[in-house]
Amino acid sequence: MAEFNLPKNSVVGTGKTFPAPTDATKVKSFRIYRWDPDDGENPRTDTYDIDLDKCGPMVLDALIKIKNEIDTTLTFRRSCREGICGSCAMNIDGLNTLACLKPIEDVKGDVKISPLPHMPVVKDLVPDLSQIYAQLRSIEPWLKSDTAPPPDHERLQSKEERAKLDGLWECILCFCCTTSCPSYWWNGDRYLGPAVLLQAYRWIADSRDDHTGERLDNLEDPFRLYRCHTIMNCARTCPKGLNPAQAIGQIKQMMVERQV
Amino acid sequence: MSSMQDSREPTFIGKRTDGTMIRRPLSPHLQVYDMLQMSSALSISHRITGVAWSAGLLLMVWWLVAAAAGPGPFATATWFLGSWLGLLILFGMSAAAWFHTLNGIRHLVWDAGHGFAIPDMYRSGRAVLIGTAALTVVTWLVVIIAWG
Repeated sequence: MAEFNLPKNSVVGTGKTFPAPTDATKVKSFRIYRWDPDDGENPRTDTYDIDLDKCGPMVLDALIKIKNEIDTTLTFRRSCREGICGSCAMNIDGLNTLACLKPIEDVKGDVKISPLPHMPVVKDLVPDLSQIYAQLRSIEPWLKSDTAPPPDHERLQSKEERAKLDGLWECILCFCCTTSCPSYWWNGDRYLGPAVLLQAYRWIADSRDDHTGERLDNLEDPFRLYRCHTIMNCARTCPKGLNPAQAIGQIKQMMVERQV
Repeated sequence: MSSMQDSREPTFIGKRTDGTMIRRPLSPHLQVYDMLQMSSALSISHRITGVAWSAGLLLMVWWLVAAAAGPGPFATATWFLGSWLGLLILFGMSAAAWFHTLNGIRHLVWDAGHGFAIPDMYRSGRAVLIGTAALTVVTWLVVIIAWG
């Protein structure tokens, strides 16, 4: 059953404010979700006033500046800073995206940052993703073939077969989409969510894979697949411009087609 | 009351630096997410109008039962539906019915594999909203003319 309110221990309070230096020329406020397992307190929102004239253009630049210069306790994941690793996925200004691809300029007013929604918080902006990783494992995201590969070359595909994987292989597993999905919020214990279903379709659509039937059998379930109600938040929020809703729609169509 | 434990439960158990256990908070969802964007706003409206329409069906059953029960009860039902509150409810029902029908067609198109691109999603969403407004007005114009 869906629980629309946050549990008591998760209600966010007001935290500290870190004012900008007095000689700051272009100030922007960053309101950031904080939770520290060690202090025994509820989560809080800390406000950091940043001089944008002394900061890089992206939200991740501001986070790194805060950690380097203002508050070293601020905790977040980041690695590549160019939208290919998927580490810095978080909720910025009401939508999930990668902090490294989100220009500060695009946000009107204060920049509100919180962890990926409806997830257990490890610390500050770091969510626990082990449930989603387990779900990804459950769809066996690797090539399963019944034949040995040719001895002298790779398993070949036609251009058309390869084109079917475009829009699928680019997924970096940042899980912005999965954690934007209200259906996943309420039923994430059994519903696989958009990212994992897009991965499932990536292998269903692969001409070199021989286990399409088993893969579809594994998804044929009122929860695992059919909790998708085409809300479309996933496609709207994907920082890579992919369309998980469409991939799920294609799985649903294959489910019907194989019965007629 | 759920009889089955949520499989996400173990992921809410965290550890402090000193090794003791702590219950992790749930990150904010409805509290921070932009729920008024076209995608989720029309989706929840589809559910709400579906529920409203079911309630409207009960209203119609009541009206039919009243008609079968005799002139007295029928007069009461007609009086209520003709009052300003009854008319307001009927107006809301007609708007809900049109929205649910049009957005239902939108879902059928998705189920047939079309219109998933984000610009298409916005276009079809706007079409549903405009269509709902227009058809509701037309419905009531017809009603008023038929009455008049």
